[in-house]
Amino acid sequence: MMALRERALVSPQSVPSLPKHVRIQYDPVRQAFAVLSPEKVFWPNDISLEILRRCDGRSTVGHIIADLAADYDAEPEAVATDVVAFLQEWSDKLLVKL
Amino acid sequence: MSEPLLPPIGMLAELTHRCPLQCPYCSNPLELLKANRELDTQTWLDLFSQAADLGILQVHLSGGEPTLRRDLEQLIAGLSARGVYTNLITAGVGIAEGRIEAFAEAGLDHLQLSFQGARPATTDRIGNHKGGHEKKLETARRARAAGLPLTINAPIHRHNIEEVPEFIDLALSLGAERLEIANVQYAGWALTNRDQLMPERAAVDRQAEIVAAARERLTGIMNIDFVPPDYFAIYPKPCMGGWARDAFMVTPDGTVLPCHAAQTIPSLSFERFGPHSLAEIWTDSPAFNAFRGTDWMQQPCRSCERREIDWGGCRCQAMAIAGDAAATDPACAKSPIHARMAMLIDEAQRAAAVPSHDEQFVYRRIGVVTEPA
Repeated sequence: MMALRERALVSPQSVPSLPKHVRIQYDPVRQAFAVLSPEKVFWPNDISLEILRRCDGRSTVGHIIADLAADYDAEPEAVATDVVAFLQEWSDKLLVKL
Repeated sequence: MSEPLLPPIGMLAELTHRCPLQCPYCSNPLELLKANRELDTQTWLDLFSQAADLGILQVHLSGGEPTLRRDLEQLIAGLSARGVYTNLITAGVGIAEGRIEAFAEAGLDHLQLSFQGARPATTDRIGNHKGGHEKKLETARRARAAGLPLTINAPIHRHNIEEVPEFIDLALSLGAERLEIANVQYAGWALTNRDQLMPERAAVDRQAEIVAAARERLTGIMNIDFVPPDYFAIYPKPCMGGWARDAFMVTPDGTVLPCHAAQTIPSLSFERFGPHSLAEIWTDSPAFNAFRGTDWMQQPCRSCERREIDWGGCRCQAMAIAGDAAATDPACAKSPIHARMAMLIDEAQRAAAVPSHDEQFVYRRIGVVTEPA
């Protein structure tokens, strides 16, 4: 068995970014933001888009949660659950790098 | 009744039919086009520009072997300038020094590399190209060194289905983000070689278990896309995500098709880019409109609760096996002739039992089937 890469798990200290094969792009034809990946195109909703835009390779998950909670005037604990679940799912699909 | 027509998202561009490999399951048509029939650089660039205007977000550059086009760098740069996501689908054999780096510099987003086997002997035999496997390994290394994301594509059939675990290890060892375990679809050359390629039922079942376990084990490490063999299926595949629904393809001479094998449906004729714009073809082509949506469907599709999941399956498979392009794909258990799929599997097993059967591939070559005058 060869040495494997490991599954990344989201923590408050994770610094998420978009891998090279994934990009967010505004589509003028459909007037919406698309996430482009090797075989699929995703159409994220507003909150998903707000999370993905903050995956800039500098902000920690903790900062992203605090930032979103402030912007949406929401409890950080409530935001945290959604953000962590979202990032774990996207990391598991290799659409977000942790 | 009908839904409004939406703009297409994806396009497959078959830049050439020329290829150094001769895989007996190639999805290209039996009547391959020679180099003198290929669109020139400027025409492809015009086509790509129209595609971007039309709403295309992703272009898969394929063939034949697309790297045989000397203008590939220019074509990638043209797409990249329009913000189109580019995916190069290559056999990875005979790519000159420095070109992969040039593709990356031109803006290539992703590279998909095929392996005919996980073992060198298998790769070389199926592609009928000595030393092919080694060259592919080198292409993978060069792609990674150039910073390109990588998918390994493994077309699966009787002669390599036992290598599925090795394909998984190979893709991991090459640092791929994705692996496609794609069982051969019986259209094009694969239909000609169906008896030689059809796997055994037990091997298909084993494969499904191996892939399911690997997907679980490799969550967050490598994505595995699995295309199961549809002769063994209960439901058909939603071919192309539905006929002319959000994708199309272009052949080397600029003929615009809803799918690879569409030209095997004799009642349809297809327009070429040049005389017609892409927008005209997408909207008005009678061939594109023939099986769009659900209005064309017969029973059992018409009243099926899965009609907008499967979209009736594959029109070309309905043509090839039911003799009617508007029939339910016989891969569907609800098709009145679904039992024919099992008979075809059995027929292939009997043919495979004949000694020296394995040597009887009809390898893909230009001129094996003569072009009509």
